[in-house]
Formats: sequence, structure tokens, C-alpha cells
Amino acid sequence: MARFNPITTVFAVFGLAVNLNAAQADEFTTVDEQRWQQQFMDSVKQGRALWTSPTLGSNGVACAQCHPNAANTHPETYPKFQKQIGKVIPVWEMVNWCLRNPLEGQPLAADDPKMVAIQAYITYERRGVKLEPGKH
Amino acid sequence: MNNINRSRRNFLKTGGALALGGTLPISLVELAFAEASQNFTFAYISDAHIQHIKGSRFVRNWDRGLIRAVAETNLLTPKPDFVMFGGDLAQLGSPAELDHGAEIMSALSHKVHYVMGEHDYYLDLGVYWEKLFGPQYHSFDHKGVHFIVLNSIRTYDDWTYNRWPGNEQRMLEMAGLDNPNGSPFMVGEEQRKWLKADLAKIAKTTPIVVFSHSPLQKIYKGWNFWTEDAEQVQALLKPFKTVSVIYGHVHQIQYNQIGNISFNSVMATAWPWPYPASYAQAQHYLPKLTVPMNRADPFFERDATGWQFINVANGNVDLNFTLYNNTDRVVRFDKTKKHPADKDYQTENMRIDPQQHY
Repeated sequence: MARFNPITTVFAVFGLAVNLNAAQADEFTTVDEQRWQQQFMDSVKQGRALWTSPTLGSNGVACAQCHPNAANTHPETYPKFQKQIGKVIPVWEMVNWCLRNPLEGQPLAADDPKMVAIQAYITYERRGVKLEPGKH
Repeated sequence: MNNINRSRRNFLKTGGALALGGTLPISLVELAFAEASQNFTFAYISDAHIQHIKGSRFVRNWDRGLIRAVAETNLLTPKPDFVMFGGDLAQLGSPAELDHGAEIMSALSHKVHYVMGEHDYYLDLGVYWEKLFGPQYHSFDHKGVHFIVLNSIRTYDDWTYNRWPGNEQRMLEMAGLDNPNGSPFMVGEEQRKWLKADLAKIAKTTPIVVFSHSPLQKIYKGWNFWTEDAEQVQALLKPFKTVSVIYGHVHQIQYNQIGNISFNSVMATAWPWPYPASYAQAQHYLPKLTVPMNRADPFFERDATGWQFINVANGNVDLNFTLYNNTDRVVRFDKTKKHPADKDYQTENMRIDPQQHY
């Protein structure tokens, strides 16, 4: 009857774990990358649709009416001290300010997929611009 | 003239403060000639974007902007000879919007000349608008100045007539400023031919003032801060000694000089627009002369909709801007350099932080 060798067993289990980690973390393909990019761009596309939608608020006004191509939203400067609110806020709080005021609508939860999509869109329109957190 | 301007401006501020507790978001245009008796003024209101919600409801914010401009224009003393409306009275060109806008404008105690904007046009190609406001393009003479009104927001026939399944969709596609399905604005061959014939009757020394909705110069195509046949229109205006083009559409201060032609934009009563430079993906040609309007604060609903005096001395334009919630601006025609220049901010090192858009 063979004796159980604890050291060998530990090496075997450890080795198996290393192999599994390698497969999950390092081995992704172009197909994976394309899928992830597609997921992101789907969110951007949804955000653009919301940005131009007359039904996001209650009065038919769309974000794009004042912010064509999401210009003058500068997401790369958030979080920042928003002088009109008097504290440091993330960009989604300003999106909600616009939803409540010019759009006369209801605010969205921070993790609402619509809010995520809006942030994906406005950030995508600023691609290539350097991060300047805190800049007014 | 500066004394006259200043005193009138003081009156406006006082009158506005008495009646409405604020300054006046209109453009007062004054044309000055050698003889003071020939001087006259006109006011300029533009880009109201009256927007129908449903039934009897309209977007309050845009209504308020136009109502305020009209009320304050009625306070002007001396009374301007006429009022210009620079286009985009409506948001989606419907009879409800045009009627509601016309109702607000009817409070003016002046003759009003209307310019066609794309938001007025692309539902029915101006049919209802013409019934209310008259021809889409025309000219008139007033106290020695030849005024020309153009419909500069037409586009390629194929886009207008063949591309869209219905008029409502055509209107919606053109109404989105940043919509890639839109099409570049143009004056077009029909009006250029008319303009050439119209100008043939005018002496080359007569001051010409042209009103268009879009800039008759090329600034940024993506948002139609652009007129496709701008160069061809400019060529028709070139033989004249002094020409001023005044346009709406851009909802911001712009000024430029191309040869003999001075260009000036007027502000909107509805909302301000970002400068093209603030769109990181855009290649644009904002005139280098233009010192941007201060960055708008959305928490002040009427910020960046102001009013301006335009004093046309011997045909050259001097602008005195009053900006809500911001310091006033003065842009004068520099007779030495032969182009408009800001009185305080023209040189790079004199600009203030709120003018640094990005």
C-alpha cells in the first residue's frame, strides 16, 4: 500500500491552482477584447440615444440641445469642487442636476444602467483628453 | 456716438431695472452717418426655439427668454425703427410653435423682419412660416442702407426631397445640431442668382447689411456653424465698400473680418452653445479674432444670453455686449487694423479664466 506523500500532494494542488489562474488572467484573445470593446460601445451607443432623447426628462428637452457631442460636460475634470453646489461631486450628480432642472425630469440612481451609459457616452466623446480631476 | 450709446445704455439699464429688475437681452443696432439726423437704430432678437410639449404646454425656459426680450425691446428709447428676428423661432417648425412664437412676438410695437432658421424650415419647407412672416428672402432700403435677408439654411435637394420617409423625420434629423445625418447649410443657386440681380441696382458705396441665420463663413461643419457656398456669397458682396453680415444660429459671440466684410453673430434668447473647441474630436476654424464669450453657468438660467448694441459708423460695426451674470464686453471696429477687436480682452494676456473654454 503506497504511502501518502504530503509534500507531493501540496505541490500538485498548488500547481493546478497556478495553471487555473494563468488560464483565467493571462490567456485572453483578440475575440475577447473585441467582445469587451463591443460591450463598452453598446453602452456608449445607449448613452448617445439617451443624450438625444426627448423622453429622458418630462418636457421634451434633450441633453444634446445644450451639449452637442456632450461638449462642455468635461467628465475628465470630475470629481471636482462644483462651485454652485458647494462640495466635491462626481459627474453623475451634475447629470442629475440637469435631469431635474432644464429637463424637468426625475434623477437616476448612480448605478442605473442609463446613468452608466450616459457617463460612457460623455467620456467617450472626450477620449484622448488628459485627466484633470478638480479642474474647473 | 459713444456718448449716445452710453446714455442709451444707461437708460436701458435704468428702464430694465425699474420694469424687470435686470438688463436687456436684445441687440440694438445703430447705424451712424455723417448727419446725425440720418442715424437710426434697430433691435435684434434671435434663436428663441419655442418648443411645444403637448396641448397648451410649451417649454417654460425658452418661452421666458423670448418674452423677456420682447418686453425689454418695447422699453427702448429712442424707439428703434424696426426689429430683426434672426431665425429659429420654433424648435420643430410646427404650426403650434410658430403660432405661439408669433403670439409672443406680436407684443412688439415695431415692424419686424424675420430670418428663416432651420428649426422653422424643415417640417414644411417654410410654407406656414411664409404665411405668418412673409418671403424667405428679400431686400429693403432704410435711410441709405441696403438690407438683405437670406434663407441660408437650405441644403442639397437630394437630402431635402429624397432622403427621408416623412417631413417630421426630416425636421428631427436637421434639428439635432450634432446629428451626423444632417446636411450642410447653403444659400443655393436660386438665391445667389437673385442676390446678384438685387445688388446690381445698388451703388458700390452704399452700406450693405446682410442678415442670415447661419454664418456666411465656414467655422465648424459638424454643427453647421457653416454655409457651404459661403465663398460664392462673399464674392457677390466683395465689390461693395462696406458690408456687414449679422447671423444667429451659433448662440454665442463670434466676430471676424474677411476683406471688406465684417461678420458678427448675435446671441440666442433660449440657451448658449459651447464653442467648437470644447468638442475634443472636432477640427474647427473659429475666427482667430474672436475672444470667446464667458463660459456659461447653467445654474443661471439666462446666463450667456445677453444683448448688444451694434453701432455701424460709416458702415463699420462696433458691438457693445451686455452679458447676464458677467462683465460687459465691447467689440469695436479697429479703424487702423481694419477688423473688429475687443476693447479689453483682445490680446492673449488680457483674457480672463471664464473665456478659456476647453
